[in-house]
Amino acid sequence: MSQEMSGAQIVLKALVEQGVDTVFGYPGGATLPIYDELFQQNSIRHILVRHEQGAVHAAEGYARSTGKPGVVLVTSGPGATNTITGLVNALMDSTPIVCLTGQVHTHLIGNDAFQEADVVGITRPCTKHNYLVKQTNDLARVIHEAFYVAVNGRPGPVVVDIPKDVQIATGRYEGPSKTGHRSYKPRVKGDAQAIRDAVAMMQEAKKPILYTGGGVINSGPAASRLLRELVELTGFPITSTLMGLGAYPASGKNWLGMLGMHGTYEANMAMHDCDVMVCIGARFDDRITGLVEAFAPDARIIHVDIDPSSINKNIAVDLPIVGDVGHVLEEMVRIWRAKSGTDMEAQIAGWWKQIKGWRGRDCLSYTPLKDEIMPQLAIQRVMELSRGKDTYFTTEVGQHQMWAAQFLEFEEPNHWMTSGGLGTMGYGLPAAVGVQIAHPDALVIDIAGEASIQMTMQEVATAVQYRLPVKVFILNNRFMGMVRQWQELFHGSRYSQSYSETLPDFVKMAEAFGATGIRASKPEELDAAIQRMIDTDGPVIFDCVVHKVGNVYPMIPAGEPHNSMMLGTDAENLEPVGR
Amino acid sequence: MIKEQILEKHTMAVLVDNEAGVLARVVGLFSGRGYNIESLTVSETEHQAHLSRITIVTNGTPMVITQIKAQLERMVPVHQVWDLTVEGPYIERELALVKVKGRGEMRVEALRLADAFKARVVDATIESFVFELTGKSRKIEQFIALMKPVGLVEVTRTGVVAIGRGSEGL
Ligand SMILES: Cc1ncc(C[n+]2csc(CCOP(=O)(O)OP(=O)(O)O)c2C)c(N)n1
Ligand SMILES: [Mg+2]
Repeated sequence: MSQEMSGAQIVLKALVEQGVDTVFGYPGGATLPIYDELFQQNSIRHILVRHEQGAVHAAEGYARSTGKPGVVLVTSGPGATNTITGLVNALMDSTPIVCLTGQVHTHLIGNDAFQEADVVGITRPCTKHNYLVKQTNDLARVIHEAFYVAVNGRPGPVVVDIPKDVQIATGRYEGPSKTGHRSYKPRVKGDAQAIRDAVAMMQEAKKPILYTGGGVINSGPAASRLLRELVELTGFPITSTLMGLGAYPASGKNWLGMLGMHGTYEANMAMHDCDVMVCIGARFDDRITGLVEAFAPDARIIHVDIDPSSINKNIAVDLPIVGDVGHVLEEMVRIWRAKSGTDMEAQIAGWWKQIKGWRGRDCLSYTPLKDEIMPQLAIQRVMELSRGKDTYFTTEVGQHQMWAAQFLEFEEPNHWMTSGGLGTMGYGLPAAVGVQIAHPDALVIDIAGEASIQMTMQEVATAVQYRLPVKVFILNNRFMGMVRQWQELFHGSRYSQSYSETLPDFVKMAEAFGATGIRASKPEELDAAIQRMIDTDGPVIFDCVVHKVGNVYPMIPAGEPHNSMMLGTDAENLEPVGR
Repeated sequence: MIKEQILEKHTMAVLVDNEAGVLARVVGLFSGRGYNIESLTVSETEHQAHLSRITIVTNGTPMVITQIKAQLERMVPVHQVWDLTVEGPYIERELALVKVKGRGEMRVEALRLADAFKARVVDATIESFVFELTGKSRKIEQFIALMKPVGLVEVTRTGVVAIGRGSEGL
């Protein structure tokens, strides 16, 4: 049965029917009719951010920590253009977002009207798909379709641009289509023969490795359970990209740590030397492969991905399987069980011995200082003192992000939100806001850098307004540390524009926002201060003053092969260490 | 060191929803990812179903060609993509309108050549012709080259359209 109602009412009704409970947004002229409807209902909670970029990142935090799409509502022109960084971030990290933007009246489109921007034009390459709705009668269908596109296949952001007159005019409401989409039908089930071939190839391996990514997390909690089962069954070593951390627990005995530019020695060496590589829900990004020509020279590669365009993009693989990770893993586990006869443990015992040798390098070790806090130590203490709590970590971008990835121990999926593909400074705080909204009782910590946090720090006000007890833990090295590290290593230590000359007093800043400020600068005061942060029932900004010039190791310089890694211990002479 | 890679030329047919912006999406994909477009044509082919067909001639390494197909296929308004070069024998045609100006011997020669190429005269004045020519791109290029010495003024070409041979539809 169709009903006549205003476009703004249609928007709200469609959101409710899609199961949306929260919208992150910021009002303006072109969304006033929708805001007026929001005011008159109680089903959907609106979280008022302080910048539209923050709205998208918050929605991303919400989405990544719940598996549900995040929803954004912003006005036309500057409201919409402010979302661009967030949209691209969500596109690169395959996060489902539905972003509703207000637009000027349809008769004004193209006339350079006040606060007009060509939003579908600008966001076309920033989104998985986008729509301009010109008729109120199309509105409900398009919004439902936007949710379908955002969550199905490889997830991503979808923009729906809604002119103001379309919000005001009345039209028909219709529910979601029962028949799916007329052209977008992503393949979910993997090819049965390909999966059997994959299992056969895996059973022949002498030096196997599982290389997993964000696709495992995106596929849902069942995929992580099945991955754990597969590791248990096969006994294979496993490593993961930055985006996939938590799918397999850090405490698991087969865990090699993260791989890639700042991955562990054992993970990268095993990737280089393996004979069968099983890539599951990852995409051979350049931060993972290093020099493509020298990538895993002896490996036969199996690649499972829901997006066919990820396959053979950077690395030619031997056995592609297009499908949802969860489905493919389920089949792999089933077939492996039915076929197991080989003594896999004996077959790969030599491999494990080799890996244990690499582990022995203890590649993440660092030298603690007596008078100064090493950033690695600070992260280890945060980890230790938050253990046993339901803790979610977000990060900004830089050295602190890499140390967080290396030193935090992720046991569960959906508990780690970081900007991987785009590397967006300013992501962590708004993402933490979104996570805390979705998990009000959890401990949510943003591991931040003093430079990154200044990109979106106005969102502390959002946290204070909604009593969100997020903890911003700043590793304050007074440098754009990651930039400084590259300048040290590759530009003759000329620290061009990477020193934070004038920093705000973060403790006073916290207080100015109505949050709690804490500072620690000596190793001996660290634990008590972190404990105070955790125990504080409200938002905290923690200024952790750390050693200025620490570097993140191991490091594979960009464009180098996996086995030419720089380790912390021989960092002084900067000689790549191979075997 | 940059490795020498062999570039292959492929003709693809893309069936899309005939909706606003769909061509911009396809063109944006090519420019954004640095793929080549040698020719691109588009027109609505099924009015009732709101479907348009795009024919793209592109070139790239085999890996890039597979990428292009996969990238096109995952676009939301794209129904189907056929790589005609891979999927079997097909016919490629292009239409050109060619304006030639001249008098006397030149004019006669232009007409004789046009006749040899089976080009039609679609406009004529005392001192000019407009020829209409269809055929493979190579044939059109040859014709244009021959028209140069006899008074070529202007050329417009549609770009390539293509269809599979035989009784089966795509
Ligand atoms: C929006 C944005 N601008 C610039 C960069 C480039 N960049 C990468 S890391 C970094 C420095 C980050 O400094 P800080 O937040 O203090 O973290 P640290 O590396 O010191 O831990 C910069 C400028 C970026 N990633 N994002
Ligand atoms: Mg810093």
